[in-house]
Amino acid sequence: MTQITVRVDGQSYSDDVEPRTLLVHYLREQLGKVGTVVGCDTSNCGACTVHLDGEAVKSCTVLAVQADGGTVTTIEGIADGGTLHPMQKAFHDMHGLQCGFCTPGMIMASIDLVGDNPDPSEDEVREGIEGNLCRCTGYQNIVRAVQQAAAEMRGASTGAPSTTEAVAQS
Amino acid sequence: MIPAAFDYARPSTVEEALQVIAEGGDDVKVLAGGQSLIPVMRLRLAAPELVVDLTRIPELRGVREDGDALVVGAMTTHSDVLTDPLLARYGQLLVQATETVADRQVRHRGTFGGALAHADPAGDLPAVALALDAEFVLAGPSGRRTVPATEFFVDYLTTALEEGELLVEIRLPKLGEDWGVRYEKFNRVAQAWSIVAVAAAVRREGGRIAEARIGLTNMGSTPLRATATEQALLGADVSLEAVTAAAALAADGTSPSSDLNAQADYRQHLARVLTRRALAAATGL
Repeated sequence: MTQITVRVDGQSYSDDVEPRTLLVHYLREQLGKVGTVVGCDTSNCGACTVHLDGEAVKSCTVLAVQADGGTVTTIEGIADGGTLHPMQKAFHDMHGLQCGFCTPGMIMASIDLVGDNPDPSEDEVREGIEGNLCRCTGYQNIVRAVQQAAAEMRGASTGAPSTTEAVAQS
Repeated sequence: MIPAAFDYARPSTVEEALQVIAEGGDDVKVLAGGQSLIPVMRLRLAAPELVVDLTRIPELRGVREDGDALVVGAMTTHSDVLTDPLLARYGQLLVQATETVADRQVRHRGTFGGALAHADPAGDLPAVALALDAEFVLAGPSGRRTVPATEFFVDYLTTALEEGELLVEIRLPKLGEDWGVRYEKFNRVAQAWSIVAVAAAVRREGGRIAEARIGLTNMGSTPLRATATEQALLGADVSLEAVTAAAALAADGTSPSSDLNAQADYRQHLARVLTRRALAAATGL
């Protein structure tokens, strides 16, 4: 066992883990953060995407010991109290989910994408979330959701009114 | 699945890493970005007794200039490559190929050195390193040695790295403004491996081609140079006719494998087509 200290969704944890424990299993089974799901277990589908030190990673392909001293944000840590993150809200508004299994990873990957590219074109969204698979094939509304959230997040960062812009974008 | 149990070491210097590896016995695996190793361990295709994690060795990460060369630390991530100002200026071929590697999550973790040391023939970066005549700096218990790209890639998933050695940095030539480059990749779906890909760099002098370097991805058990095409281009006019004629030789001497994605003859066809496209783009045709 190896002791790790990691900050997850704003709270610090110190735990003993086996070196072979994957980050996703640590999050789900030791911390109870079951919002992050295991989809494919082969590093393809992106359902387990979380942010490690500010970057989107597939948490099934990172060892928990590698997060030692780091900061993890999961889907459970992005809402502001009762207020959804703009990306969560947009997925809700635009029906960016069908069965919902890919949604946590889609949202975390999309927030990462918009962080790098605040105004992605449709093609850029599709390229940007290529590491996330929606087995329902509901991509059309996922792309719309990401673009709406990007508009909202741009508005929030400039202080400009965002609602009209979001509607115009959609 | 969950990997088999292993011991874990996280050295903070190259020296310490070499020592841990030397003392680790016969069954040691070096963990770079982990984006190939961890999946392989999850499938229990690898079950090392000791994993040596290089992610906390700062001296292995980053890009610097050294005269006419760029020196890329082995633990420089694909994301680092995509945002590095020196590579943006002198290393566009590597940047273009890196953009096509997997997806952004994988690019955040995966490393240039890890991809080269893994030496998967379908991986995108070995062909770039070969086309650019990169030099591989390997550190071992008895010091450092430099291996040219032509000698680094030995066979399928096999490199010139000896037991106890680490790839620490990769030296690439700076390509100036007289060079045009293009990485042309063919695959079926997003984030898939290359079925075939072509890395081309062409230097023009006046209206003629003064130098051409072409690396082929997944046309054999190691990356290959399209030597016949390179030679045909020397002194050739920059014209679609010349490029097309030279590209027709791109598969000469190759014996690619057949698999679920492509038969060998189709791979050879792809190599010719993609070489033509890559050369046309690299020469601005």
